[in-house]
Amino acid sequence: MSFVTVTDVWQRYGTRSIIERVNLEVAEGEFVSIVGASGCGKSTFLRLLLADETPTRGEIRIDGGKPAREPGRERGVVFQKYSVFPHMTVRDNIVAAECFPTGLGRFFGVKRRAARARADETLERIGLAHVAGNYPATLSGGMQQRLAIAQALTARPRILLLDEPFGALDPGTRLAMHDFLTELRSQTAMTVFMVTHDLSEGFKLGDRVLVFDKPRWDPHAPEAFGATVTYDFDARDDGVPYQHILDRYPTLAAQ
Amino acid sequence: MRLINRRPARPTAVLLAALPFVAVMVAYWVGSEIRLAANPADKLLPAPETVATTARRLFTEGDRRSGEILLWSDTWASLRRLGIGVGIAAALSTIIGVAIGMLPYARRTLSDFVAVLSMVPPLALLPILFIVFGLGEASKVVLIVVGITPFIIRDLSQRVLDIPHEEIVKAQTLGASTAVIALRVVLPKILPRLIASVRLSLGAAWLFLIAAEAVAAESGLGYRIFLVRRYLAMDIILTYVIWITLLAFLIDWALKTLSRRAFPWLEAGL
Repeated sequence: MSFVTVTDVWQRYGTRSIIERVNLEVAEGEFVSIVGASGCGKSTFLRLLLADETPTRGEIRIDGGKPAREPGRERGVVFQKYSVFPHMTVRDNIVAAECFPTGLGRFFGVKRRAARARADETLERIGLAHVAGNYPATLSGGMQQRLAIAQALTARPRILLLDEPFGALDPGTRLAMHDFLTELRSQTAMTVFMVTHDLSEGFKLGDRVLVFDKPRWDPHAPEAFGATVTYDFDARDDGVPYQHILDRYPTLAAQ
Repeated sequence: MRLINRRPARPTAVLLAALPFVAVMVAYWVGSEIRLAANPADKLLPAPETVATTARRLFTEGDRRSGEILLWSDTWASLRRLGIGVGIAAALSTIIGVAIGMLPYARRTLSDFVAVLSMVPPLALLPILFIVFGLGEASKVVLIVVGITPFIIRDLSQRVLDIPHEEIVKAQTLGASTAVIALRVVLPKILPRLIASVRLSLGAAWLFLIAAEAVAAESGLGYRIFLVRRYLAMDIILTYVIWITLLAFLIDWALKTLSRRAFPWLEAGL
């Protein structure tokens, strides 16, 4: 059962090939980590998933829908930086996820109070209730990313895209964020794509780890060929998926 | 210790800040003293006491013919023109600047045009403005608008382009339309810049105002200065110049305070 379908996607800027021949099927609720060397096109691939860019060739469909031409509410995103609005308070950042689709991008009266109450509940859950009235710049990096994730999830996207979300955090905070994300996922069963530099992070959080690399390389024209998915690991059960297979399918055991 | 690492302590800093002001006053006073010693009827550099007496008279005594205090009516006339001109310029440039910064179609259509427009020397257009809009208020207001709008538009549109792409994408993933992104993300983020930009263009706005008033007006600070110039009334001119400087300083200070009060998030991270 494929939820996100990527069919023969190529991306080229002028004569520079970035991504070529990417085919992918992702089931609903899967957590896909994307790793690879710098400049191997993993962020480009995320932008394609986000529909911030349109692929030169091929298409990306979510749940069989039409390929998107611009970002929308189907896709939630958290970037490494600039993920929350600095001119809105922490509470308003959450409310924004609800009121942005309205005509003026604002709630008034009863609706506004209700949205603020819901936002306060969310903040309570993610442990940011005590800074609800502050501006994001006063928050630590970890708190800002927690807010960014909560904001993205408040809009109830079909897929969540994370672009090196914990890249700028210190190791301790990063571990806390892993727990936070794992807990959120156990509650919502979201489909997640996460680009990361950190292999262990990719394996720890992901159900699947995709490695982007260039399979073809012309030394006279290094930009002629793009990257594609060269490995597709099953990362469940700490990357050794079959060690517990007997627990799952006891009938397979030797009689 | 290197010169770049030497910092004045508090009392020295205050003293240093006051130094240029005191120096200019002393220089004027000495010059005026020398000229008045040679010729007591000299009008070029009136004694500071004379300027002070004149200033008191100008601020408090009414005109002999009409009874109204000319300095205040001049101030009112000038500030009105300045306010309307700068207000229209700010409103116009916010709309056009946001459009250029956000919409690729508007950018292609307008940005080169605005760049060329900002090269036209506004004062060279003054005769045309007088011919088209007459000698009344309109031509003076239009001169200010024409003079400062292109600059503010270019500044603001660049600021809109400087907004991180991530924030715009984020707003889209939350379902915001173009209008909502303009209202809730772009406008709040560039309003502080608009105030800063207006502060920077106020000097130019005063210049255009005084120039327009000097050429043709019936009241206004610039008009008065150029009127009394015929009688070599340096004491009146100096009073007006100091008054204009003070007004400009106060407006600048008010805008700075407004910006700090209205946009607390700007300094939140500091």
